[in-house]
Amino acid sequence: MAKVIVLTSGKGGVGKTTSAAAIAAGLALRGNRTVVIDFDVGLRNLDLIMGCERRVVFDFINVINGDAKLNQALIKDKRSDNLYIFPTSQTRDKDALKRDGVERVLDELKDNFDYIVCDSPAGIEHGAITALYFADSAIITTNPEVSSVRDSDRIIGILASKSKRAEHNMEPVDVHLLLTRYSLERVKKGEMLSVEDVKEILSIPLLGVIPESESVLRASNTGTPVVFDQESPAGRAYHDAVARFLGEQREMRFLKSERRSFFRALLGRA
Amino acid sequence: MMRLLDLLFPERRTSAVVAKDRLKIVLAHERASRDAPDFLPVLQKELLQVVGRYVEIRDDMLRVNVGKSGDTSLLEINVEIDRAKVSPAKNGAASAGTKAPPAMRLDTGTPAPWVKPG
Repeated sequence: MAKVIVLTSGKGGVGKTTSAAAIAAGLALRGNRTVVIDFDVGLRNLDLIMGCERRVVFDFINVINGDAKLNQALIKDKRSDNLYIFPTSQTRDKDALKRDGVERVLDELKDNFDYIVCDSPAGIEHGAITALYFADSAIITTNPEVSSVRDSDRIIGILASKSKRAEHNMEPVDVHLLLTRYSLERVKKGEMLSVEDVKEILSIPLLGVIPESESVLRASNTGTPVVFDQESPAGRAYHDAVARFLGEQREMRFLKSERRSFFRALLGRA
Repeated sequence: MMRLLDLLFPERRTSAVVAKDRLKIVLAHERASRDAPDFLPVLQKELLQVVGRYVEIRDDMLRVNVGKSGDTSLLEINVEIDRAKVSPAKNGAASAGTKAPPAMRLDTGTPAPWVKPG
């Protein structure tokens, strides 16, 4: 049975799209048929992050409205046979994302994929609610910073009350914390909330910690999900997060001081 | 060893510690109001009116909360009163058993308009 995963955060700019691209690519690299969908209607960006912006012909809204078939809109990734990108529309009509239409498209995707990764827009408006509504799992993308943590808490509340699973009294959405832009140096100086602090405040299980890394900007510059950069600490941290999502036990990297020199050496080389 | 160090050098109030404390406080408030039923503010307002007939009371002296104790949901109403402020006329009128105040809408057995069905 296909699993619907939403990448959500409430706050903008925390790394939802970067993480959606990296996690979708990571799942595909492990042999899972994966599609990543952009729910940010009007502010399409997943195509750029995935490096397929010049191949977009039809989009999510075209398929919802019946103007295009699913296989006309899906873009096959050139790096992985298992990975597909489903771009959104640049229309300014936010209500174009109709819930029953979205459900119909997701049901059709479920027949063809193992994982459906939904990249949510920021905020708690229609688009963000639609992106999380059908989720089986949610990856709460959070920066170690007060406004991001507060908004994550809000989104966790919304998942628990407004998702389809909540409304239909089904098993609750499986919620995971993904802490991004983490700097061990600053945590040690007492300048940044630590992973333990954020875990304690949000009290949801930790999926991964992505260190602040130059490789993330480099990946977005070139339209390559960061997991394809095997040298990059962020890329390896995303691989670990994907492995944990699939049920493997993996130690958290980049969190202990004895690993710091190793991490620094990598950063220095990157 | 770490414990001893902690005792000797108590935690510096770094900006991260301040951030954590502020978040804990604000989220405790927001979670409480998020889980609260929609009728609480109206209930609080009506209770204030009723109590206000007998004692002088300010808005912040009456607090209504919904909490949990084990499997039981609790509606908790805390009223702080100042004895000196009891109005003798009103007090006398109430003890003389004059016309009872109108029943609260929640007591009528039919759901009030703000109570969600189901």
